[in-house]
Amino acid sequence: MSYQAHFRVWRGDIDGGGLQDFTVEVNEGEVVLDIIHRIQATQAPDLAVRWNCKAGKCGSCSAEINGWPRLMCMTRMSIFSPEETITVTPLRTFPVIRDLVTDVSFNFKKAQAVPAFAPPKELQPGEYRMQQVDVERSQEFRKCIECFLCQTVCHVIRDHEENKPHFAGPRFLMRIAELDMHPLDVADRKDLAQDEHGLGYCNITKCCTEVCPEHIKITDNALIPMKERVMTRKYDPLIWLGRKIARRS
Amino acid sequence: MTTTERHSYDVLVIGAGGAGLRAAIEARSQGLRTAIITKSLFGKAHTVMAEGGAAAAMGNVNSNDSWQVHFRDTLRGGKFLNNPRMAELHAKESPDRIWELETYGALFDRTPEGKINQRNFGGHEYPRLAHVGDRTGLELIRTLQQKIVSMQQEDLAEFGDAEARIKVFAECSIIELLKDGDAVSGAFGYWRETGDYILFEAPAIVLATGGIGKSYKITSNSWEYTGDGHALATRAGATLINMEFIQFHPTGMVWPPSVKGILVTESVRGDGGVLRNSEGKRFMFEYIPDVFKAQYATTEEEGDRWYTDPENNKRPPELLPRDEVARAINSEVKAGRGSPHGGVFLDVSTRMTPEQIIKRLPSMHHQFKELADVDITAEPMEVGPTCHYVMGGVEVDADTQQSRVTGLYAAGEVSGGMHGSNRLGGNSLSDLLVFGRRAGLHAAEYVRGLGVERPAVSDDDVEAVRTWANAPLNATGEDTVNPYDLHAELQQCMNELVGIIRRQEEVGAALAKLDTLAERYTKVAVSGGRAFNPGWHLAMDLRNMLLVSRCVAMAALERTESRGGHTREEHPAMDPEWRKINLVLAASEDGKVSLDRKPVPVIRPDLLALFDEAELKKYLTTEELAAAGEEASQ
Repeated sequence: MSYQAHFRVWRGDIDGGGLQDFTVEVNEGEVVLDIIHRIQATQAPDLAVRWNCKAGKCGSCSAEINGWPRLMCMTRMSIFSPEETITVTPLRTFPVIRDLVTDVSFNFKKAQAVPAFAPPKELQPGEYRMQQVDVERSQEFRKCIECFLCQTVCHVIRDHEENKPHFAGPRFLMRIAELDMHPLDVADRKDLAQDEHGLGYCNITKCCTEVCPEHIKITDNALIPMKERVMTRKYDPLIWLGRKIARRS
Repeated sequence: MTTTERHSYDVLVIGAGGAGLRAAIEARSQGLRTAIITKSLFGKAHTVMAEGGAAAAMGNVNSNDSWQVHFRDTLRGGKFLNNPRMAELHAKESPDRIWELETYGALFDRTPEGKINQRNFGGHEYPRLAHVGDRTGLELIRTLQQKIVSMQQEDLAEFGDAEARIKVFAECSIIELLKDGDAVSGAFGYWRETGDYILFEAPAIVLATGGIGKSYKITSNSWEYTGDGHALATRAGATLINMEFIQFHPTGMVWPPSVKGILVTESVRGDGGVLRNSEGKRFMFEYIPDVFKAQYATTEEEGDRWYTDPENNKRPPELLPRDEVARAINSEVKAGRGSPHGGVFLDVSTRMTPEQIIKRLPSMHHQFKELADVDITAEPMEVGPTCHYVMGGVEVDADTQQSRVTGLYAAGEVSGGMHGSNRLGGNSLSDLLVFGRRAGLHAAEYVRGLGVERPAVSDDDVEAVRTWANAPLNATGEDTVNPYDLHAELQQCMNELVGIIRRQEEVGAALAKLDTLAERYTKVAVSGGRAFNPGWHLAMDLRNMLLVSRCVAMAALERTESRGGHTREEHPAMDPEWRKINLVLAASEDGKVSLDRKPVPVIRPDLLALFDEAELKKYLTTEELAAAGEEASQ
């Protein structure tokens, strides 16, 4: 069942680089990461690639395979025909460090800008009571493995460096939604989502949902409901009036 | 001499999994400047792979549960070789550590009353595992990660610098610990991204580097599990215990080849999955050992009834501790009753509806569908044993987690003693939290007790490590060795010769092979430059794997009995005399490893009284029983 596949792997660093050709053995049941590892072990020992668990749980081995953002460990070779050339490139939205490894620190900075979970002050450890049905909404978002595929695919920042300071990206807008939907979180996160994290930039093309390896419905379940919460706040006449009065006093 | 990036901290935590992050949170909460060093990105540690849950006797599902019952289960699982004080602290403190996570924002699955739900697991008498579907480890790591971010937000508000008191050094590897006399003084390593060296000065270091599975070919462990902390500690003068005990998880994927070893959570069995051989027989009923006969069902009917009526029925033997199930699967495959790809069948499709399976075991459903084209809601999985966890580790003080080296602490998988000869599922995530916190707390206390004089880093030591680390990059010549080849040979050797079932000649052969591998290791060469060079990274890690593998093999050869994660073919029985003995490994003068026999800490009478005499008879010697009887009658 083995065959020789044609791979083109981007190699280089911040100063530039290009696609390098490899002919490499593929065996039954293998995934793209296996092939990258084989290239590393037999042809290019210094080929840089980030990976950890090889089971789709850590979100480290993100790359663009034939232009499509994917986890290399969860991309089976059987989805390609043996004749097909397979092109593997680093995530386009982030600066390349070397070969397939990119600098994803943008994401960690955005994570730091999301105010933490704020439980009611008087509630002691062990006293938390929540219903399963109420925690499930946020639990869906907590399935996120932080592979940042949604971040790399999002057109708001994919080719628009200038938007990066104003836009947290789907992953962290979803994090805000997750906290907003947490049954015991007392913070108000609606203005923040809109004003600080650029929720308004999202025009719900659902690319993030499409590439999510955890199949989280990022757009439908996090971003759109969050937009609705913001809109309710902005345009509900009673809330508007209440705020107006509060501001005056 | 080149200038090296240099940092000074109060507490240095090496490893950013559950134990490391919890230790760092504690040290920072004590007001100390804390650094976390991780080989990977922040939030990617191996803890994310933990699926089943965290064991804590909260009694939310069955109010009969208590720390005493948890303690008892832990000792049974470890075949009474556990450090009893660690098992006691663990059982007592786990509930608080879990509840604390909720205050950090964790969202566990709930009971109908809204409390944290708890699930059944192998070896646990009551439903005890706090969980989130089958991705509990991810919840744990993300929660701790987000807690650290929240601390950084506090520091940003207070000092104008988010990293004023806690900083994460991601994709940074430590090559060696540094000492001043008998105390640690710092650590030397490199940035993976650039290959540039980095020096940390710190009077207290917490090792939280996890396990050693990457020395084995078939493993559920990620590349990071190269035994770094075990090796760093040994070279720094600390000791290792229980290294012969390695847990082979009974259910790893066996097909396709590229995913061989990837974990299939024990929750599959906890939630009703049954094991069958190629003849369709539920073979586990044949493998209930005498010590567990009283606690497990002997017929399929009773085992099946337990899922709905646990009060009046005994649990099925699929839920025996992991060592028992792994050995049973191994025997079935050997006897020619295995599945097509050399495992056995694990079937959950007959007990639950597809909807229930997808709800309760979403990761497993996803994993099998994507990687093996198997729909577990409709067909059985093929599973077999995989190297999963090392019970052995750095010998530490039970209360403080300090090793024999002043200022050097160890928590989580890298420490030894807590789990004895075999760890129960679910006891790892709680172990990380309980002892991670303790290590951080006591490291902080030690640092606070120091005067202005702190242990100093010696420039000569740093220079020696730097020269050693540069060697593979500078090596040339005809007979150089490729680190990838050497690693593959090491994995093959450990898998075949020091695996689930050990034989004297084979372990001896492994030690001889390890000698030749160590010899060849001196000629390791890597091509390419310093920047993100995986070949060089592997060359650095290989030294640790070789040292740790030697420790495992030496201890496995010495212990002539079978207990927990150590099975000797020529000595199939458990021997009460051996129960009293810990094998202690240390670096000897000549750079080799020495092995010593030391007594296992005595079980306090009040803890011993939690077991009935008939059970104790299976584990203790006649003299121990007599002494315990005298103690009780006084």
